[in-house]
Amino acid sequence: MTDFPAAARVELANGQLRANLHHATQTIRAKRAGVVAELPDWEELREAGRGIKADVLARLDEYLVQFESAAQAAGAQVHWARDAAEANAIVVEVARDHGVSEVVKMKSLTTDEIHLNDALAAAGISALETDFAELILQLDGDWSSHILVPAIHRNRTEIRDLFARTIADGPLTDDPSELAEAARVYLREKFLGARMGVSGANFGVAETGTICIVESEGNGRMCTTLPPVLVSILGIEKLVPSFADLEVFLQLLPRSSTGERMNPYTSLWTGVTPGDGPQEMHIVLLDAGRTRVLADEVGRVALHCIRCSACLNVCPVYTRTGGHAYGSVYPGPIGAILTPQLIGVDQAPSLPYASTLCGACYEVCPVKIDIPAVLLHLRSKVVEHKGATPERLAMRAMGWVFGSARRLRFAQRLGRVAQRPLVRGGSIRRLPGPLAGWTQGRTMRPVARESFRRWWSRRP
Amino acid sequence: MVEPAAMSTAREEILGRVRDALEGSTAPEPVVRAYRRAGDGDRSQAVELLCDRLVDYKAEVRRVAESDLPAAIAEVCAARSVSRLGVPDGLPHEWRPASIEIVEDTGLTSRELDGLDGVVTACTLAIAETGTLVLAAGPGEGRRALTLVPDLHICVVKESQIVDGVPAAFDHLGPVAQRPLTLVSGPSATSDIELSRVEGVHGPRQLVVLVASTG
Repeated sequence: MTDFPAAARVELANGQLRANLHHATQTIRAKRAGVVAELPDWEELREAGRGIKADVLARLDEYLVQFESAAQAAGAQVHWARDAAEANAIVVEVARDHGVSEVVKMKSLTTDEIHLNDALAAAGISALETDFAELILQLDGDWSSHILVPAIHRNRTEIRDLFARTIADGPLTDDPSELAEAARVYLREKFLGARMGVSGANFGVAETGTICIVESEGNGRMCTTLPPVLVSILGIEKLVPSFADLEVFLQLLPRSSTGERMNPYTSLWTGVTPGDGPQEMHIVLLDAGRTRVLADEVGRVALHCIRCSACLNVCPVYTRTGGHAYGSVYPGPIGAILTPQLIGVDQAPSLPYASTLCGACYEVCPVKIDIPAVLLHLRSKVVEHKGATPERLAMRAMGWVFGSARRLRFAQRLGRVAQRPLVRGGSIRRLPGPLAGWTQGRTMRPVARESFRRWWSRRP
Repeated sequence: MVEPAAMSTAREEILGRVRDALEGSTAPEPVVRAYRRAGDGDRSQAVELLCDRLVDYKAEVRRVAESDLPAAIAEVCAARSVSRLGVPDGLPHEWRPASIEIVEDTGLTSRELDGLDGVVTACTLAIAETGTLVLAAGPGEGRRALTLVPDLHICVVKESQIVDGVPAAFDHLGPVAQRPLTLVSGPSATSDIELSRVEGVHGPRQLVVLVASTG
């Protein structure tokens, strides 16, 4: 279970992290704003993106069946997984069928979510992360703190030292192009000899059975074209109805995500193509809590998410705490609404509160997810789930006091006396006993020396 | 471990969960597609825009007459000491320079591809607004690995193949939707180290685009 306030306190004390985060998020924000401003029809694209995703969810059962038969007709083997364990077992079995002990992987949040690498390791199969940032994290036993740039919390010197003691052949400087070259050399051998690739997917097209992935480095192309066997894991919400719908998302996603007009490589393929790429193709359709999210008519918009990470970069909370504080694969505003719904609100009750409700996330969301509305909806569920808490009792007592002028007058008089030992420099920083929670994240204004009513009544 | 019976149970159960979850939901409004489908169709502007966008994303761009392609390709290769150039099936013979060793991709292995200095291909179309080349496994475009493993990709775009924007591209791609498609926008890149962009990780580190006029 994640405890955001406690984790955030630790992260906030890390000056290096805050400096890295500030630089990175400000840079991506500026790039995004620039390329979004180039398109006169950005709002129309957002609306189309929202509409298409709403349609996908409303007819998800039909689209899933359609996707399955189109992919099968093109030579793919389609599997269904109710939960993480089933999905992992399918990947393990494919690897075992081919006697494979190492698979090359492209960056995939979905496989992080189901802890695929751990499951493969338990079966004696190593999963090699080939995205540059994911490789850094894997070599160091660390984990992602940003959807797009997972190693945003590491600087070049740390990476140089890490490579020097792991993959580098000779001495290294901390020049980014030299570090990238070291990774290229190390991974090239792995790609050329790889016998099985594993990928996630950005989109699946119901009409044609096509899978679409977007990336920058080319490691995704390596993983999905060089090995003879490929497994792609697809959350069931990743479908779009028709091939032409991609014309909307391939405009929305790169501009929102990396702030580019188009990312360097976008790959689309359908089943098996003789003489081109893997000749054995598996697709795993994953539920793992998604149908639970779908059942909530307010919360289901979280499934519209196309994982661009624009909401992280504008969030006043994320940009200070970073991703680790959220304790989930999906950090930031989208994580605060997606994670509690995927794993159950009772498992992540602090996440819906990890927000100021300022609405910046909603403004930049390329598919118009009203994140603040869902946060409020989830907060009400957290309260329902908790039942009677000291806070709820205190609020009820407040209501009773505010309900009568006489009671309020009496409470104010009482408060003026009781607060005396607590006021320091005109504010109350810490309340005692069960009230301490209220001042954990805020300072309190003391009760005024004279109430407005009293001042009004003694006016000449 | 995963029996066929369990698989079909999982399928039925997930579809059942989806139907249960959707029960009683109101149908969404029809999708509104008010975004631009195509620009004003000014050909020379589209060519200019494509070149500008490609350069912005660190591709090298040369505008040449189609009849000068062999000389241009030879020049690009000479500047980089490229001596072995891979070509896909169906690449026009009149494009191939005589001065360079041409290696036909007749199912080369990954390691053989890695031994090439570069590759030259055609494309299906190019998108001006995003600076994107679209490879659709057609004649002269090659399979996906051919334009991935070698370190230099020379791509020929005919001016007549340039479309304004992404929706116009998808109008053309509908009929080949189920072929392997690769959209290339600049050379391979990463910004994973402190967000400083490095061109060239796993894909070709150099992308040279020859924009050919037929006039």
